[in-house]
Amino acid sequence: MTRAAMINAALFAMLPITAGVALALDEPFIITLATKVAILALAAVGLNIALGLGGLVSLGHAAFFGIGGYAMGILAHHAQSYTPLMELPFLIEGTKSMPVIWLVAIIASALAALAIGALSLRTTGVYFIMITLAFGQMLYYFAISWPAYGGEDGLSIYVRNGFPGLNTLVPIQFFGLCFAVLAVVLWASGRLARSAFGLALTAARQNPERVEAVGLTPYRLRLVAFTISGAVTGLAGALFADLNRFVSPTMFSWQMSGEIMIFIILGGVGRLFGPVAGAALFILLEHLLSGVTEFWLIYVGALLLLVVLFARGGLIGSLAGREVAHD
Amino acid sequence: MSTLLLIEQVLNGLQFGVMLFLMAAGLTLIFGVMGLINLAHGSLYMVGAFAAAATAAATGSFVLALVAALIAAAAAGAIVELTVIRRLYDRDHLDQVLATFALILVFSEGTRWIFGSFPLYLDVPAALAGPVTLPGGIEYPAYRLLIIGMGLAVAAGLFLLISRTRIGIQIRAGEADREMIGALGVDISKLYTLVFALGAALAGLAGALVGAIQSVQVGMGEPVLILAFVVIVIGGIGSIKGAFVGALLVGLTDTLGGVLLPEFFALFTEASSAKLIGASVASMAIYILMAGVLIFKPTGLFGGQT
Repeated sequence: MTRAAMINAALFAMLPITAGVALALDEPFIITLATKVAILALAAVGLNIALGLGGLVSLGHAAFFGIGGYAMGILAHHAQSYTPLMELPFLIEGTKSMPVIWLVAIIASALAALAIGALSLRTTGVYFIMITLAFGQMLYYFAISWPAYGGEDGLSIYVRNGFPGLNTLVPIQFFGLCFAVLAVVLWASGRLARSAFGLALTAARQNPERVEAVGLTPYRLRLVAFTISGAVTGLAGALFADLNRFVSPTMFSWQMSGEIMIFIILGGVGRLFGPVAGAALFILLEHLLSGVTEFWLIYVGALLLLVVLFARGGLIGSLAGREVAHD
Repeated sequence: MSTLLLIEQVLNGLQFGVMLFLMAAGLTLIFGVMGLINLAHGSLYMVGAFAAAATAAATGSFVLALVAALIAAAAAGAIVELTVIRRLYDRDHLDQVLATFALILVFSEGTRWIFGSFPLYLDVPAALAGPVTLPGGIEYPAYRLLIIGMGLAVAAGLFLLISRTRIGIQIRAGEADREMIGALGVDISKLYTLVFALGAALAGLAGALVGAIQSVQVGMGEPVLILAFVVIVIGGIGSIKGAFVGALLVGLTDTLGGVLLPEFFALFTEASSAKLIGASVASMAIYILMAGVLIFKPTGLFGGQT
């Protein structure tokens, strides 16, 4: 095992261990924090497919996070108010079942990512950053101005949605569910990176001309990656909404996009477990610092600045050294 | 809809567009010359507004407030350039985005620390508080007219600065080939600091001018920053002319969209739902405009190569 692999394993084990210790000590709040880390890490794993593998600096991933959240909010809202979502041309009812909600969240955010990606990927570099940011903002303002689902106030869901065989209202069970989803997606995204598609995508990041010369289309590779990336972040959004039992336009806010990106950078760009490390570090900082000062974000800002300027490998990079760092 | 109301809305759109130009001009200059994407530009806008509000509260003079805004924003810009931004020129865009995002956190929370979370208010100077009557009998707030005038004057000044002065030549040369003008004996790092401070001063001026219409509060800069990005994408990165045209387009689309779209939808559906759909579409109008421009000209209206 290399040092990086050991650190990855330790990081990954840290979450269930924390949750387990918290369960033994009867500290449900800590379990909820661990759940939040798992969900936010999932969102960042999604972004990392576009950012780390594809080199696509998307500053609009809150759009997919929010769409996932609203997929949950809208379906559960109709289920709890016993009103159909749509009657014509055929009847669609709301639902309180997580698997169905997840499916809808994944499909909706994948479609949005496909549309936004198809437009944004016509450009590169700074244009791409600005355009993804702008599309995220567009959905943010749409969510605020559309009053049917709470507008600016958002939607509250009274009871957490159900998963067959689990009582999701018990913190440790919901944590287990979120952690399992994270584990599956991490495994899948590791496989994706090593697949033919992942290699082609990496190649398209490093040398698009050469990729084109061997007969592949960088645009298409990037669009697929962006769509998968959006779908994963959308799934995280649905889980996040379920954790809070609340959705609001802030899930679409550009600060959210920035935070998801921070998780990746704090952990280490292009590393499979970077998002997990980053999200854990961020939530830990939030939890520790917000008790000390109201202005804790100033320290997060300073830390981020130091990481970007001086420790470019992030947390895992500093611990594991440079040997496996991406280009 | 009456013609008077329409003209008033066009003026509002112009005023909004001119403000956006002040933001977008700095951003596009900084990108054009240094190749840097600066998310913290909105923070400089906020610094200007807070400096103006604090100065106006202490001295009661609006002119002094504007001067303070310019100086504070330019100084903040120069300090940030010297300490942080300078290290980012050779980095990729991701590092620039993150470092400047970190700067936003520091600026926003720092300002909240100093001034508290409550918004400050900056009063419109008494002489400009009332409306003026324009030809055609339109009553329009004098202060907003002043903003339009100042914005246009700054735009003209900027064009002259870039096209007629020695600094302007150096800036344009810096965009074209930075190594060459370094070799010709121009102090590049001083030029970069100057350009950054100039962009910051423009943002600070915009913040102070708008601060008198809206409240001055933490986080006021970011929505404007994102609109300025839309402006730059539409106009083409690095082009001042593009920023000007883009800013007016976005200002007018946003303002007129809010008024006209609900009326437009009223032609098809009943009044209440027309208002609802109209408001929702209006909130997205500028992004739809941006998407439209991108489909036909991916590098923006006046942009060259990306």
